[in-house]
This record gives sequence, structure tokens and C-alpha cells, in this order.
Amino acid sequence: MPLVNGGKIADDSFVKLAVDTPLPEGGDILVPAERFVGEADALLKRAGKVGVIWPNNRDIAELVPYLGKIAVVALVFPTFRDGRAYSQARLLRERYNYRGELRATGQILRDQFVFMLRAGFDSFDVKKQADAEAFMQTAKRYSVFYQPTGDGRITALHRRMQLRHSEGVGT
Amino acid sequence: MYAYDEIDRTLVNERVSEFRDQVKRRLSGELTEDEFKILRLQNGVYLQLHAYMFRVAIPYGTLASNQLRALAHVARKYDRGYGHFTTRQNIQFNWIKLAELPDALADLAEVGIHAMQTSGNNMRNVTSDQWAGVAPGEIEDPRIWSELIRQHTTLHPEFSFLPRKFKIAITAADHDRAAIKIHDIGLKLIKNEKGETGFEVLVGGGLGRTPFIGKTIKHFCHGRDILSYIEAILRVYNQYGRRDNIYKARIKILVHELGIEKFSREVEEEWGYIRNSSLQIDDEVIEDIRSRFAYPSYEKLPHMPDELRQAAADPDFEAWRKNSVAPHKVQGYSIVTISLKPIGAPPGDATAEQMDALADLADRYSFGEIRVGHEQNLALPHVAKRDLPALWKALDKLGLATPNVNLITDIIACPGLDYCSLANARSIPIAQELTRRFANHELANLIGRLHINISGCINACGHHHVGHIGILGVEKNGEEVYQITIGGRADESAALGNLIGPGVKFDEVADVVEDIVEAYLALRERPEELFMDTVKRLGVEPFKERVYATR
Repeated sequence: MPLVNGGKIADDSFVKLAVDTPLPEGGDILVPAERFVGEADALLKRAGKVGVIWPNNRDIAELVPYLGKIAVVALVFPTFRDGRAYSQARLLRERYNYRGELRATGQILRDQFVFMLRAGFDSFDVKKQADAEAFMQTAKRYSVFYQPTGDGRITALHRRMQLRHSEGVGT
Repeated sequence: MYAYDEIDRTLVNERVSEFRDQVKRRLSGELTEDEFKILRLQNGVYLQLHAYMFRVAIPYGTLASNQLRALAHVARKYDRGYGHFTTRQNIQFNWIKLAELPDALADLAEVGIHAMQTSGNNMRNVTSDQWAGVAPGEIEDPRIWSELIRQHTTLHPEFSFLPRKFKIAITAADHDRAAIKIHDIGLKLIKNEKGETGFEVLVGGGLGRTPFIGKTIKHFCHGRDILSYIEAILRVYNQYGRRDNIYKARIKILVHELGIEKFSREVEEEWGYIRNSSLQIDDEVIEDIRSRFAYPSYEKLPHMPDELRQAAADPDFEAWRKNSVAPHKVQGYSIVTISLKPIGAPPGDATAEQMDALADLADRYSFGEIRVGHEQNLALPHVAKRDLPALWKALDKLGLATPNVNLITDIIACPGLDYCSLANARSIPIAQELTRRFANHELANLIGRLHINISGCINACGHHHVGHIGILGVEKNGEEVYQITIGGRADESAALGNLIGPGVKFDEVADVVEDIVEAYLALRERPEELFMDTVKRLGVEPFKERVYATR
């Protein structure tokens, strides 16, 4: 599955560890939530970056003490119909001010890219090569947004207010 | 009428191109049917028994004449010459071709119509009172707020993949024509003691397999906080709503399982974090939306014009006027309901010719505006009383002057087994037979207000639980069987109906309804006692006896 990071197809330096895989000496690792919470101190002490795969039915607030120390939070879309991770993503970005990589994993199709970018994701484990290649084009599909989110895009309501005020100046 | 600006238009056009790309990928096989299903549902496209069905949004039931003409055009060019108005103020086309859908959407986009979120597990088209802005005694026009919420819920980045569909309805009148108590969120516009506008917020109403009447979660939510409060409800639901069982996935089940107190505490906690965010709405934003609603320049007209006085001699006109014409907030004007329930026809259907002609009549007599109500009828909201006789003649020629609004033949029915792949039983033929049985206007009038609702399966699209008489078709041993309830209602005193006894066969349904009606006529204390009130006073028992005594 191609990884899209920073808007383009990129290499993934992270190795996914299962609950019982022996810990490698070095290198970047992505660890399931359960193992991460159990071994956090040991994991964070070793060389190499640590990321966590957080399931969509576990309270994201549990991660808050570690947010400054981890490099990746990977949230899960078991199917693209299941939208729980959108809420987790917004909470991480907007309430807990997480600034590291926020990765969407699972059934990721191009038709979710805009929603995901708006919710704060910046990297994507894309299911199909063609979708990964179409990332930049798809991300620009929309130029109008009605809701304020943490991504900072200006909303329709605010754009209208700006237009109103600039018109006001002219008259 | 709300007029789209460049911003709204751009978004709708962007959505059309996105959908065009999705259809192209489906037709080329790049998308599987399973993947495409979710995407098409987000845009109102279902796969029915015989063809794709296309549901187009009519936000809060308000249409301009050029929009109605565009719907007629779609019916004519891409479908079989008619459309079907639904209980959520939408219109459905039943015979559309997938490859042509993007073009149909593009044609509609030209007049500011879209099909976003008319199906799928997202926030659906916001509905409201079809008399919004013209009903006497209204707090204020609920469409301003409906439009604000429509925008906020459109392509929402967090709530487009919810556990299940999510419906919001708004009313601003004491008499609830929007059925807010059977919605996931129901909003009643009110003023607090300081005279500020806000909402009583209800949550967890809904019909389907497990019907619930909505519960009040907040007695007064200030208008400026309504988006953050809705967002808090949705965030709790998105995270904790059940996803393991489609029949337990609506918010009503979460509210029921947690209890309203616990659910409300969760929402309040979430709201505490976000209420002072950019979701707060300032007055200027509301004013901006309000400024894009055009209101007619009403003339100063007499309460009783000569034209009306003269026409009163015609009993047919009088029958229609008494039935279909309601008071308007401005003197000299009326609200005219247009029955889409002619005797013997499927409820809610309109042909392309009728839609075009109605658009012309709206231009001539109603400042170019048409409304759609959840009862599957239309309305012209601003008709000068002096024009009523001429309008009636024109409507009568079009087959649109059946004087049966709110009477027993004004039936709400889902498409049922004739179209729908979910249905277990036919609905439309039952409705057609019932309209024939009660075709006599004198009889229907004698019976008075009586709503019959018919659903062809447990999903309850015909709202049978809240029909004064509710009819639910189910399948039993390969046969259609109908369960009959009485005493339901969808208004401000919303209640679920009670079963009168064992189910009956297709051929017996109309007889049973006749028995119930005869029992009512015999039991009512006086002619003014409505069916609902007699059922309330006496309960189910006497009706049950009458129906099952000979069966």
C-alpha cells in the first residue's frame, strides 16, 4: 500500500510491530496501542522514532501524556464507512494540539482525502496505487468549506463577512 | 427564497464534478460496487428493484419556480415524465440511468439544486415547516436557521460517515408541521425571557423498527450556540453510536441505552470545550443569511375581496377553499395547499407537465415560490385572496384541486414493493384503494381530519407509527400481511399508535379501515370530536371489537 506523505508518494520508514514481535535494535517502529501503553517507557528510550496505531474505539485522551514524545499517530478506518477516527483526529489536533504526523490507515480511498485533510490528517496509507497518484489533484477538488476545523481553511461564512466588509469600504 | 451566492454555487459545481469522476470510475470498474455504493448514497442515488432511484434535496421544502421547472426537466429528459415528493420534502425520480446522472445533476446545479446527503449515513436534508415565513404567529422565519444548518452540515469533514443516517427538523410555530419529535434532532425556535432567539432542542426521536418520540435535551439553547451544540451531539454520537447492528445504530438507541440524563451530560461536557470556538455565530452572520432570503412586496389588500365573495356561490370552489386554503400572516393573502393525492393515484406524484404548469401559476399568483410539505403535498405560500377563484380553476384543470387536504384520502405512503428493494409489501395499491373507498367528498368531510400513513416495511418511510391510522405491511409465510395501529400523531403532541389486533391480508385492509371509521362515526360524542380525540377518550378496545367481531 503506497504511503502519501506531504502531498506525495513517499517511503515509509516505519516498521509495523505486532503485539508480540521482538523489539528491533534501531529503526522507526509503529506499535499497537495496547503494547505502546504497556511498554511506553522502554519503547521511547530506544534509538529510532516511535509511532502508535490507535484503534477507533479507544479514548484518544489516553494518548495525551505521550503526544510530545511520539512521531506518528496512526488512526484506523476498518472500512471507509466507519468514521470514528475523524473525531479522534480533530480532537488530537484541535483539543490536544498534537503536531506530529497523523496517519490515516485502513480502507483509504481518494474520496476521503478532503475530509481527512480537513480533520487534520497529513499522511495516508492509501489502498490503491491510482488513488495515491491522484492525491494532489483530488485534494484540490474543493475550494469552498462550510465548517471551521483546525486545518485553518477559511469558511464560507467568514469569506462572506470579508466580502461584506471590503464592499463596505468601497462604498 | 434563499438565493445562492457564488460561494454556494461553486461548492455545488465542485460536488457535481466529483460525482462525475466517481461515476466514471464505477463504469470503468476502478471502483467496486461496494465502494461506489457509499459514494452514490452520499449523493442520493439508490439501487431499487428495477433501476437507480435519484433523490434530490429541496432544503426546508422551499422551491423557486425556475427550480421546479428544472425538476420537471429532469423528469422529462432523464426519467419517465414524473417525480415523487417524499415525506422529507425531497423529490425522487425512479427510473434514472447511472451514466446520465452527472448530467442531470449538472442541469439541477444551474438553478442551485443538489442531491447532497439525501441518503447515506450522514446528516440529511434539513426539513422545516412548509408554511415557514408565512404562518401567522410564528416566532421568526425558521428557514434562516435551516439554511445556516444546511450549510454547516453539508460535506461535514467529521460527520459524513456516521453510524447511521441523521435527520434534523426545525419549526417556529406552535402547531408543529415539521414533525420535529420524530427526528434525530428536533429544533423548536423560541424566545427566552430576555427576548433572545434560541431553541428547545429535542434528541433521539425516530420511527423505523424501534420507534421513539424525541426527548428534550436542552430547554433553551441560544441561537449563537446552536452549531456548537449540534456539533457536540454529533461528536458524542459519532464516537459512541452503535456500529455493530444497523437496526440499533440510530442516535435514538444510544439515547435510550444511556438514558437522556447521561447522554445529556456527555453532550454538555463536549459542548463545554467547543461552545466558545469559531462555531459561535454572531448576529452579522445571521443577518447575511437573512439578507439573501427575498420576501415578497405584499400589496395592501382587503380581507374579503369581491372576487372571493362572488365565487362563494360555487359549491365546488367553496369545498376547495374551505379545505385547502389557510390564513396567511399578511391580510388579504392566503396559503394554498395543493393536494398531490387525487383519488386513485399514488400519493405524492407529480408529472412534468403539472410541475411546469405549477411553476407558471407560482409566478403568476405566488411571487414565484412553491413549498413542499412532509405530507407529500405542495403549497403556494403567498396567494392574494382575490386570485383564489382563478387559481382554483387553473389547478382544477391540472387535476391539482382535490379538496382532501388533511382528510382521510390525504394519505402518506412510501413507494413500497412496487419500487423499493427493502419493502415486504405493497403500499401504493393500498393507498389507491382507500382513496376510492372514501372518494365521496361529503363522506370524507363528515369524517373530518384523519391521517392514514402506510409503510411497506418496518423501516417506516410512510411514518405509520404516527398515523392516526397506521398501516404497516410485513411478510408472513410468503404473504403480505398488514398490521393496523390507531392513535398515532406526528404534531406537537406526537404519539405512537397502538396495534388494534392481529394483522390482516392485503384484500382486507380497506374493509378494516372502513370498519374503524364506522366505529368512530358511531362513537364520537359530537361531529367536532376528531378521530384522534375519540381514540384518546376511549382507547383501542371499542375499535378492536368492531374490527374483529366478524373476522
